[in-house]
Amino acid sequence: MSLGSVMSSNIPSFQESDQVVSKDMVAIAHKQRIQDFFFHRITQAFSLLVLMALLGIIISLFVNAWPTFQKFGFHFLAHVEWDIVNEDFGAAIAIVGTVASATIALLIAVPLAFGVAVFLTETCPVWLRRPLGTSIELLAAVPSIIYGMFGLFVFAPLFADYIQVPLQKILGGMPLVGFLFGGATNGMGILAAGIVLAFMVLPFVAAVMRDVFEITPPILRESAYGLGCTTWEVVRQVVLPYTQKGVIGGIMLGLGRALGETMAVTFVIGNANRMPTSLFSPGTSIASVLANEFGEAEALHFSTLFALGFLLFVITFVVLAMAKMMILRAEKAKGN
Amino acid sequence: MKMNQQLYLKRRITSLLGLAFSMTAMAIGLAVLLWILYVLFSNGLSALDSHLLTSDTPAPGTEGGGLRNAIVGSLMIVGLTVLVATPVGILAGIYLTEYGDESKTAELTRFVTDIMLSAPSIVLGLFVYAIAVATVGNFSGYAGSLALSLIAVPVIMRTTENMLRLVPGSLREAAFALGAPRWKVSTFITLRAAKSGVMTGLLLAVARISGETAPLLFTALNNQFFSTNMGAPMANLPVVIFQFAMSPYDNWVRLAWAGALLITFTVLVLNILARVFFREKVSA
Repeated sequence: MSLGSVMSSNIPSFQESDQVVSKDMVAIAHKQRIQDFFFHRITQAFSLLVLMALLGIIISLFVNAWPTFQKFGFHFLAHVEWDIVNEDFGAAIAIVGTVASATIALLIAVPLAFGVAVFLTETCPVWLRRPLGTSIELLAAVPSIIYGMFGLFVFAPLFADYIQVPLQKILGGMPLVGFLFGGATNGMGILAAGIVLAFMVLPFVAAVMRDVFEITPPILRESAYGLGCTTWEVVRQVVLPYTQKGVIGGIMLGLGRALGETMAVTFVIGNANRMPTSLFSPGTSIASVLANEFGEAEALHFSTLFALGFLLFVITFVVLAMAKMMILRAEKAKGN
Repeated sequence: MKMNQQLYLKRRITSLLGLAFSMTAMAIGLAVLLWILYVLFSNGLSALDSHLLTSDTPAPGTEGGGLRNAIVGSLMIVGLTVLVATPVGILAGIYLTEYGDESKTAELTRFVTDIMLSAPSIVLGLFVYAIAVATVGNFSGYAGSLALSLIAVPVIMRTTENMLRLVPGSLREAAFALGAPRWKVSTFITLRAAKSGVMTGLLLAVARISGETAPLLFTALNNQFFSTNMGAPMANLPVVIFQFAMSPYDNWVRLAWAGALLITFTVLVLNILARVFFREKVSA
């Protein structure tokens, strides 16, 4: 850090006291100082671009969303209506769809990701760790539109025949929970979107969990084994408590991803602007409303879509920021 | 004694069940990957023919057609993004390691960059629509590239930073001792030493943006015809796949599968290449 500044501040004194330093060398040093100055400022400007982009996103979304916020106020958040013709909008339907599909996704993805991480760190033979770890990472690399197509053409028909119909038969008539399984069984809807999303976020959560499991000091693990713990007990009572913050961070990272995912959800959620009444009923999420309607939106509809985008960005930003802080803390714990 | 045996048995069974669950989870993850690949190949291969690269996307209700305009459009948009995002990402990464280091601004930049990596891409599309489409008055390939750059720059920036950190400090000090100015040390010494790591970041960034659909929906839009004019709406694979997959025409759906196979294949190959690159560097 300080090396450069020490060098440059020494140059004038050389010039005065030491005749060996020629004028040419001083000129070169001077040129280099100017070059360094510009290099410093240019790289700094580029790195600040990210902060400016963040500010730009928040400001431009808010400015474009302003007519909607002004007209509906806080009522916008809880208003259950999406009437394009009469220009009466509320965010509640899209928010419920977004939160419900993301919650279902996490309920499925978190236990599976935990299983994958345990397998990769505890039971997997060493020579298989790399190929299996890579294949889970490849699952994360598959573009989301592919998950969408897969969900629409392959998963939805199977889901309708083998899961929705039997579930509705068995549980549909039950009191209290029966309503959850009502509605059409065409393979689309909140539950289907949640399941497809689960497989999209699984690799992200699993990767964080694996990384934090690996930083558990071997000596802790071995002490537990030495006391006679079984592998599962080591995982549940030593590794998991030790890596708690990182694990929660990983789950929240998955949540952030699930909330903002567009293409995979748009294909299977059904895209209906009605409040979903059961797990099978079609709904919509903030991201899929944007993808479907932004193209032909005008006037208040247009600014309402910006308002939804603003909400989505703020929600995911908070979730991801918390995730990041959790993971950072887990990594700091490793350093001590 | 008998009591202990029972307890021991119970603990062992719990452990076995737990491990069986974790193996099942792994198997499910792998099965989903293989299933997706199988579906892509079985649906996509049938649509791969010579027309795919020589004809443009067909009009509604017409037979045949290919993806020529979409492939060229995608290559141009991604190419321009890489041209813009690479220098920006690398220079910003240099700043974070060589100058920023522990400063508050650098910490904040790092934090925000990590969040931007996972930010909902559709919102980035909205943002670019507001600044580069609404103001200019038309959708364009340039706007598409700008939206993709917002995703690519953070990826390149963070990998560059992490790779530069791996370069030993003694290398920098040796160069400083020879009187090299800072910018020369950063670009000709450290960056060169971290070359393959930075390449990994580039490949991952290309892989990440080539499948992104949401940011292109309201920026590059789509174009039914062949066009190399980046100032106008431009066909691109992801948006064509989205539009065609949701359509009622059989040959459109068939082309969507072919495009899906093409994109996934590219993305997976880039990912594997990136890993090979990085491993060679680590073992060398």
